[in-house]
Amino acid sequence: MSNNSKINHNPSNISHQPSPVNHDSYLNMELLRFTTAGSVDDGKSTLIGRLLYDSKSIFEDQYEAIEESSKRKGEEHVNLAHLTDGLRAEREQGITIDVAYRYFATPKRKFIIADTPGHIQYTRNMVTGASTANLAIVLVDARKGMVEQTSRHSFIASLLGIPHVVYCINKMDLVDYSEETFNKIKSDIQNFSAKLETKDIHFIPISALNGDNVVHKSENMPWYEGTTLMYLLENIHIASDHNHRDCRFPVQYVIRPQSKEFHDYRGYAGRIAGGIFKAGDEIKVLPSGKISKIKSIDTYDGPVEEAFAPMSVTITLEDEVDISRGDMIVRENNQPEVLADFDVMLCWMNDKGLVPRGKYYIRNTSNEARCMVTEVKYKVDINTLHRIEDDKNISMNDIARVSLKTTKPLFVDRYSRNRNTGSIILVDEATNETVAAGMIV
Amino acid sequence: MQKYSLTHLKELESEAIYVLREVAAQFERPALLFSGGKDSIVVAHLARKAFYPAAIPFPLVHIDTGHNFPETITFRDEFVKKIGAQLIVGSVQQSIDEGKVVEEQGLNASRNKLQTVTLLDTIEQNKFDACMGGARRDEEKARAKERFFSHRDAFGQWDPKNQRPELWNIFNGKKHMGEHFRVFPISNWTEMDVWQYILSENIEIPSIYLAHERNVFNRDGVWMDVNDIILRKDNETPIKKTVRFRTIGDMTCTGAVESTADTLEKVIQEVAAARTTERGTRADDKRSEAAMEDRKKEGYF
Repeated sequence: MSNNSKINHNPSNISHQPSPVNHDSYLNMELLRFTTAGSVDDGKSTLIGRLLYDSKSIFEDQYEAIEESSKRKGEEHVNLAHLTDGLRAEREQGITIDVAYRYFATPKRKFIIADTPGHIQYTRNMVTGASTANLAIVLVDARKGMVEQTSRHSFIASLLGIPHVVYCINKMDLVDYSEETFNKIKSDIQNFSAKLETKDIHFIPISALNGDNVVHKSENMPWYEGTTLMYLLENIHIASDHNHRDCRFPVQYVIRPQSKEFHDYRGYAGRIAGGIFKAGDEIKVLPSGKISKIKSIDTYDGPVEEAFAPMSVTITLEDEVDISRGDMIVRENNQPEVLADFDVMLCWMNDKGLVPRGKYYIRNTSNEARCMVTEVKYKVDINTLHRIEDDKNISMNDIARVSLKTTKPLFVDRYSRNRNTGSIILVDEATNETVAAGMIV
Repeated sequence: MQKYSLTHLKELESEAIYVLREVAAQFERPALLFSGGKDSIVVAHLARKAFYPAAIPFPLVHIDTGHNFPETITFRDEFVKKIGAQLIVGSVQQSIDEGKVVEEQGLNASRNKLQTVTLLDTIEQNKFDACMGGARRDEEKARAKERFFSHRDAFGQWDPKNQRPELWNIFNGKKHMGEHFRVFPISNWTEMDVWQYILSENIEIPSIYLAHERNVFNRDGVWMDVNDIILRKDNETPIKKTVRFRTIGDMTCTGAVESTADTLEKVIQEVAAARTTERGTRADDKRSEAAMEDRKKEGYF
């Protein structure tokens, strides 16, 4: 790498961790999905560049390509932001339009970053990136402190039920590594997020440019006793992010081999959305209400004793029950709500706004119905969290609480209890576009 | 690992199986685009897992440029026979003979770009409404913004600025007549994930992925195969080298790397130490900064 990159290549900042190639340890790594949010110029690309660079995930040819495009644009430094500009329009306009996914690994974990743009259609993109994330990194410029965008990002992380939020107070080098500045920003954010539902919140003072507290502990901030960002990403407890209490198995596909060997085989394929299923369990099938027992939980590699989220398996039952896609296998003593009228927090994602009393397709797990938006209760000002009750026009990037009425009952949980069974999307019946995402309240 | 948590490869496997089943459930005539390369082999393997004990409920489709490595074709035929799948071959030679495309001329002539026309014709003739492929988001930067379910208009085109948002694991495969989808079950896998999975699942791959002796010549720093199809300049002298291929595409645009990695374990060590991406040996990506984006917009894989 050349010396004039936007990242300072202080050798002490470069990770010397061995690459995760040992087969046995590679097979024992966990997956952490996180999203990054920040305003323009707060160093998000630099931070991502550093994580990728320090974990040796930037390749020479990728580096040469961005080096060349930086040069062509007359930029003084190699601009690592170009690494995340995937589309021609983005490079031409110097902006990021869409969510981009990045990958890196350390010997402990493999990471998927949903990198969301800071300004263009921020809500739509951040909601998309947040929907699959275990963790959100929210960047805050130490010189500016908590700004409107910080509130917005915190709110979306909470709304989308991201279990862990890490506030990286960046550019500490530009505020003389001041503990006081850090503590002030921290307490401002804490005061605001007391109104939110995120349970696990962390604060780390960093300099993405110089690498302070990103991978290596900063010598410039001896007052900071917490961990580095990388340590947190590698060690934060994520195993309980899935719901293992409430058994939910949305049937995705029915497997009927109709071969000689498996003549009478009828298996229900799907991905477990919650709880732990075991062979021998008494189960109930929705919507029919039929009761049966799990005969086996099958996979290509043989039957398994128990299965939990997010495993993809095939369940067979003791009795012949008529089950098809969209049905749900649950436990009799722990059932989801069966609802055709319910409220959701809706994020609108289409240029064409919500049509009052308009009809849409609705999707929830493997189920599909049609629905009507019967009432817009209020819109949320995502910067202040205030409810807006006098303007009920819903357009792109708006977040609102609405009531839905569906053509058939859905099997749902509150989103805060289960992100799989509590989420819905709305699809425009004319254009077939996904126009909104919703969290059941 | 804790109880009730999955390793990252198991989670990626589960995600891919979920996507494959979603395709079988949402579409009427899906197909799996099979190049004989490692990524499409992994997707085919995952498809066996997804529908077991039933057979894979869709055909494998190979777009044959006529310039494939013979090892790839041999492997393809044996593989298809072994898993009992149906194979449909779309021929670029036929598209040329029918005058639908014109062969490129000159030293760097390749049928790689011509494949798009044959692919779209094959999709139309067979009325496929979803074509699954082994593309990964870590391969190339235009692909980093690709969805699992990627909508294509009636001309097979991708509109990257107007993609449907994709949330949680709810996939929207709704479309109008004549439109279709491309679906990428291993979107979230990296090159390393694919190799480690091949090793742990003991998946067979074409022999040319492992180090072997081959007659090659050097062009722009890449070792190209010596054969009747690629024209050579006078100073491009054939030489015998121990090489392997990191990706398998059309012979005219896929280069080899010098390597002694003759086992999967050694390949993995090499991939880990590699300082260039696997597509660094692909001349088709080097044509311009947006080469992949342009091909994808037109309907390329």
